[in-house]
Amino acid sequence: MYKYDEYDQQMVDARVAEFADQVKRRLAGEITEDQFKPLRLMNGLYLQLHAYMLRVAVPYGTLDSRQMRMLAHIARKYDRDYGHFTTRQNIQYNWIKLEDAPAILADLASVEMHAIQTSGNCIRNISSDQWAGAAADELTDPRPWAELLRQWSSFHPEFSYLPRKFKIAVIAADEDRAAMRLHDIGIQIVEKDGAHGAAFYVGGGMGRTPMIAPLIKDFVPLDDLLSYTEACLRVYNRYGRRDNIYKARIKILIHELGADEYRRQVEEEFAHVKSLGIDPPKAEFDRIAAQFAMPPLDASASDEIDRTDPDFAVWVDQNVAAHKVPGHAIVNISLKPIGGIPGDASSAQIDLMADLAEKYSHDELRVTHAQNIVLPHVRKADLYAIWQALDGAGLATPNLDLISDIIACPGLDYCSLANARSIPVAQKIAQRFADPARQRDLGELKLKISGCINACGHHHAGHIGILGVDRKGTENYQLLLGGSGAEDVSLGTITGPGFDEDGIVDAIERVTDKYLAERTDGERFVDTYRRVGMAPFKEAIYG
Amino acid sequence: MKLLTGNDLKTGFVTWWTGADWSLHIEDAADVGEAGEAILAVEEAARRVNAPYIIAGEQTADGPRPAHIKDRIRALGPTVRPDLTLKPADPAAGDWVI
Repeated sequence: MYKYDEYDQQMVDARVAEFADQVKRRLAGEITEDQFKPLRLMNGLYLQLHAYMLRVAVPYGTLDSRQMRMLAHIARKYDRDYGHFTTRQNIQYNWIKLEDAPAILADLASVEMHAIQTSGNCIRNISSDQWAGAAADELTDPRPWAELLRQWSSFHPEFSYLPRKFKIAVIAADEDRAAMRLHDIGIQIVEKDGAHGAAFYVGGGMGRTPMIAPLIKDFVPLDDLLSYTEACLRVYNRYGRRDNIYKARIKILIHELGADEYRRQVEEEFAHVKSLGIDPPKAEFDRIAAQFAMPPLDASASDEIDRTDPDFAVWVDQNVAAHKVPGHAIVNISLKPIGGIPGDASSAQIDLMADLAEKYSHDELRVTHAQNIVLPHVRKADLYAIWQALDGAGLATPNLDLISDIIACPGLDYCSLANARSIPVAQKIAQRFADPARQRDLGELKLKISGCINACGHHHAGHIGILGVDRKGTENYQLLLGGSGAEDVSLGTITGPGFDEDGIVDAIERVTDKYLAERTDGERFVDTYRRVGMAPFKEAIYG
Repeated sequence: MKLLTGNDLKTGFVTWWTGADWSLHIEDAADVGEAGEAILAVEEAARRVNAPYIIAGEQTADGPRPAHIKDRIRALGPTVRPDLTLKPADPAAGDWVI
């Protein structure tokens, strides 16, 4: 994994000192809240419903056990003993005191972490495939490119005040595990005539106007990746709307210009940017890439897994994925216990996952956009010991990609933007479908809940999506079907009138019952929906 | 009735104007009538409250109750973590929010 060089550390340390001074001046009354708010937001510090909330960046979701332990330490020392892993592969703390914020940022800096650019109209944390560097199906590890983009975008003066926030994802497998085409820029490393390049999808996003990013360029030589990204941003920065916050994302610009015209302008800009020489020399990229080298895994390790324990066998089938090195596997730790809060983990659980990473996964962990944790490099022979440890800590729920593996935003329980609570709905759905056998019978079913139109819970991309709205002061829940954030990307369609909290759970059960009645062999829920359409489901829901 | 609420500058905790000071407990909140804007300006300038605003509420047998669910959740705490609310020992406290 990438280690800070002296420049990285100096930048982060300088920002900690700067913010400490800003907090001191705010507490002394030397600056007003209006003056201070943009400064704290640049450091990831929001004011939410109950307290300040700190969002900490986890670059492309990758961290080591030392960093993970620091996240537990912060939860324990400064918060209320837990953290919330987010759909942007970050972590949020909900009960931060302003006077503690500088000390927290200093603690983070001591382990090469920060909260910079986790808010504001800038390029946010670069996201990636949580199985990067380990997945059996990937072309190459996308993270060196994500890291290059992280360095390029950090404090980039030209892109610190964009029309709106900007999210970039980088993947390198045909199976899209990062919702790549629902980002402002989605980059897929591809192969053409034996060479690797980057396919650029630009103008995707969720929020109040969901759009799937169109393909802008099918193959950009990797030597030009930064220049082409810069050209994409420059056209947006120049012409993106700043007069209307709801029309300020790049997806609106591309929708209004048309993909062809946007592409023409990017190509024109690219011809200029390329002459500036911003792409790194090969030696610098190689320096970065070397830090993502595969750890020394023993390819002769046994592929056998003792499946004598039936509970363990179920967990292996559901939560363990294929690794590119024989004898090894990718462990997916579900943060979705039945009835629990999606994405929440106690400091003790965070510490345990750090310990397991150090002992069994070459010191590496990943945060997923689905609010789970991954141990990417595990010997199959160690799976049982890992499962036992996870089980003892309430972390062995075998539900990856099943109906109870619900993505849910914090909703109205924590978020000042929310219109309705998300978490209680997720809990009730998980409890309704708690039977593991029933969940497995339903198969892959991605259910995603947002508590407002901003769509942090990715409801547009759920096979089943739920959007919480405020209807005359009462929480109401709209139901969407047919979305996907994967390689078969699609946007969900609203079924009809919304429901109250209990009604939405009943409606989902009617939907899944209809699916079971309609499906043919091998069909996932979303496949059946696409084949039969909305009408039969609507009939089942509303009669 | 009209209530004045905001967050404590240092801790960020939700606070309610009592008529003389700020309290974490909505039971202590006072009806500010038409005086809210004036109080708000003075208190914010003195840094005794952060991001204050005026909300509608009603007086009930249990005390003041904000009109909107968002402010009722602010007053109590997250409904999904009763242990972190201001009434951790009251299992029915969440009912007040709904």
